[in-house]
Amino acid sequence: MRRQARKTGFYTAVVLLVLFSILPIAYAVLTIFKKESELFDPGSNPFLYEQGATLKHLVFLFTGTPFPTFLWNSLVIGVFVVAITVVLAVPAAYALARLTGRWGESSGMAIFLVYLIPPTLLFIPLFRIVVWLGLANSIWSLVVVLPTITVPFCTWLLLGFFRSVPRELDEAALLDGCSRFTAFRKVVLPQALPGIGACMVFAFSLSLSNYIYSVTFISESASRNLSAGVPTELIRGDVYFWPSLMAATAIVAIPLGLAYGLLFDYLVRGFQSAETG
Amino acid sequence: MSAAAQGGWFARAGDALERPRVLGTVMLAPAVLYIVAFVAVPFCIAIALSFSDATVGDPTISSFVGLENFRAVMQQEAFMSALRNSIIVTVATVVGIVVLATIAVEILAREFPGRRLVQVLFMLPWAMPVALAAITWLWLLDSQFSPIDWLLVQLGLLGPGTPLGPAKHLYYLGREWLGLGSVVFVDIWRTLPLATIIVLAGRLSIPRERLEQAQIDGAGFFRVLLRIIIPALAPVLIVAILFTALLVIGEMSTVALLTRGGPGHSGQILPYWAYLKGIESGDLAQGAAVSLFLFPVLAAAAIVALRFAARLHRD
Amino acid sequence: MIHDCINGANGDMAVLETRGLKKHFGRIRAVDGIDLTSTDGELLAILGPSGSGKSTLMRMVAGLEEPSAGDILVDGRSIVGIPPKRRNVAMVFQSFALYPHMSVLENIRFPLVARRVPAAEQREKIDWVTGILDIGDLLERRPTRLSGGQMQRVALARALVRDPELFVFDEPLSSLDAQIRSQARGELRELHDRTQITTLYVTHDQLEALGLADRVAVVHNGCIQQLGTPRTLYEDPGNLFVAGFIGDPPMNRLDLGDNVILGVRPEHLLLEHGEEDPGEVALRLEVELEHLEFLGAEWLIYAAVCAGVPETGRRRPRVIARLRQAEPPSMETGQRRTLVVRRANARYFDAESGERRSAPSGVAA
Repeated sequence: MRRQARKTGFYTAVVLLVLFSILPIAYAVLTIFKKESELFDPGSNPFLYEQGATLKHLVFLFTGTPFPTFLWNSLVIGVFVVAITVVLAVPAAYALARLTGRWGESSGMAIFLVYLIPPTLLFIPLFRIVVWLGLANSIWSLVVVLPTITVPFCTWLLLGFFRSVPRELDEAALLDGCSRFTAFRKVVLPQALPGIGACMVFAFSLSLSNYIYSVTFISESASRNLSAGVPTELIRGDVYFWPSLMAATAIVAIPLGLAYGLLFDYLVRGFQSAETG
Repeated sequence: MSAAAQGGWFARAGDALERPRVLGTVMLAPAVLYIVAFVAVPFCIAIALSFSDATVGDPTISSFVGLENFRAVMQQEAFMSALRNSIIVTVATVVGIVVLATIAVEILAREFPGRRLVQVLFMLPWAMPVALAAITWLWLLDSQFSPIDWLLVQLGLLGPGTPLGPAKHLYYLGREWLGLGSVVFVDIWRTLPLATIIVLAGRLSIPRERLEQAQIDGAGFFRVLLRIIIPALAPVLIVAILFTALLVIGEMSTVALLTRGGPGHSGQILPYWAYLKGIESGDLAQGAAVSLFLFPVLAAAAIVALRFAARLHRD
Repeated sequence: MIHDCINGANGDMAVLETRGLKKHFGRIRAVDGIDLTSTDGELLAILGPSGSGKSTLMRMVAGLEEPSAGDILVDGRSIVGIPPKRRNVAMVFQSFALYPHMSVLENIRFPLVARRVPAAEQREKIDWVTGILDIGDLLERRPTRLSGGQMQRVALARALVRDPELFVFDEPLSSLDAQIRSQARGELRELHDRTQITTLYVTHDQLEALGLADRVAVVHNGCIQQLGTPRTLYEDPGNLFVAGFIGDPPMNRLDLGDNVILGVRPEHLLLEHGEEDPGEVALRLEVELEHLEFLGAEWLIYAAVCAGVPETGRRRPRVIARLRQAEPPSMETGQRRTLVVRRANARYFDAESGERRSAPSGVAA
């Protein structure tokens, strides 16, 4: 009896948690296929389809708005930011975890302090640097600047992953005839691949997510990314293209959510080793 | 062996790279140089700007005006409102996060059928770009078509002759406290997954024997939670609080999209005000002063919190 | 160096020598001046409690730590400053350190690939080493799917496959289950006899060191306390530390006063039977039996000394005697007996310095 009650309580909690998490996105998906006549009828039940569904808004999103451009720009920015992040953070994290001695051991806090400097503090001077580099209004401004957010975070996360790889593995590789760098590449790196995967997902989503740099550096529609483009171009003054807006958010959210969900355990493991390291 | 041992510049460089310090420096250098160029330098420029009279029209940092910008900024009503709201929103979000993350962790730490699906759905808020997430909430909280209002009306809680008033809409984003409350709610909603992952990592590090021992000793669920789990989680809760606070205090898109700092400036927050000042109205110096305002407090708080977390870890 | 012989008896035996070797970590002197010379093809054990500096010594030989002072030589050539990849030293780690993302075969091949050994030669060597260690049927498996004993064989194969000049073993048996440890010990010795590679065997377990090694260096506080064959260490400990560390139960220590300590092995504490030649007896002890312990082939007798040595403290000294018989001895706790120590079995130490000394002149004749 008591066990049954406990079980019911637990699953109630699970359902509430999931509802809380998916509420806006579920409603967004519900909105995408609604006809406008029903959508803007205050008397209709917003959770039902009483007048049938339509693909019109989805088609409009891809044909009548610059959304495909935003999507493509975000994708390009994301890929480059991920690449830069991996190239900078992976060697740095290994160096701090293994090579720099006592100095590296206390580096977790230092990296954290870099991460602590919020974008809101830097966007004004960074805007000037971007202008000086001739990158204003170009997606490359974001490619150059967004790693300031992802590199410290990913270094911190990877530091934990590298620390959880037994030191004897590096040492065995050294004795087996590898140089230190080869030992890192052939032996340590493969152990940290899940961590690097987690970092890539994190870096990608952080690059999509940043709003302040996106709206500050880029004001031309053709160079805008999702974060800056969708709210500015799909909302004209007071006219909101609600179903198309919802389609835009759902299209971005669902694949990213899947990626996160599947990497969930690796993310937890990453934080586990980062916290105890 | 002897072939490789033969001197030459190349071999000597190779041997140098075998020294941990040398290789470590080489591997660390790109990241450090990048961070210096794009974080440290701009940070210094931000400080210089905040003491200058630079504008978009004349962006050179030529004349220094001391604390003039800070003084001017503090006299603006919008700034004081932004400072107050930034603190309120951050504190309220953190409190909400601590409570909800502790609960979510107890759920996700268990094995149950469908756990993978729950993980995917649970991560959705964090996976979405903040601006897009804010838009979905904008629609949910719409002044005319909010489905939440509709539900409340159906439940007899909203509308004429009901506890929540005669109007059929709550106008979440158009009222000062309801608007701020909505911002807090959305901030909790979007940062909960990350905070949960951080705390869950700590929760899974608690040795199972310790929990089982407590159960054997006759402790019930809540006693185990209060006496064993929460004390053991204190260090990671601090990390989670730090992460959440930083994410919330530096993010302007929720406010920019939901309430636009309104009504008036009553819902203003610091980063959005800095953006409006520095970029929209072109006063770089005052914008920098606004955005710098919280940094010393933030840095001090973070250092204290991390020290504390590190000490708890050792015990 | 030409590795033309792949049958194991490769003749590349090496002499390892350390001269005044020191390693300090800040104020901690992990290794504090070690002079050690192996003979060709020897299995030399480094035995010491944890924190004695034995691991640091081994890591310096392998090239994983740089010495603070002193020199390490292989066949007379200094190897200090040479990175580990160019020292031909192979190591078997306590945790075995198998690469988890590689199959057993890839693990064994790894040192050959790293050293750019031609493919044909790789195959020959792998065949040879898998034959010796009998792991031919494990090659496709992942290390995580191996038992402790199998992991050890793979680790040995990986170390052996490249004909190292020097083998370094770091507690290679301590991760194994107790049941297979003695078997693994025998196999290690057999492997060494076949390959004749000079081996440094680091352990805290005296059974391993004494049972396996040609010679044993007992290390404590970063210094070598004594270097000798297992028999020498057991029969003629050079100081009180070695006397107390080697042997289980350790040597009994009896304070004779005048700065003299007598050490005697438990099996050399004999029950008096009245026919001893008085000239042969170094010490007679009146003891009260406290308890008896049955260990299968022998009995341990715990006793408190009542008379025979000068009174020194509040507490009566305790001794342990060993009786090599399976049937119960005819004695009970609480009884008083007399034990004798023969002159040939008595070892004397200086109480202050702990070093060995000659028999004091006052000792009973």
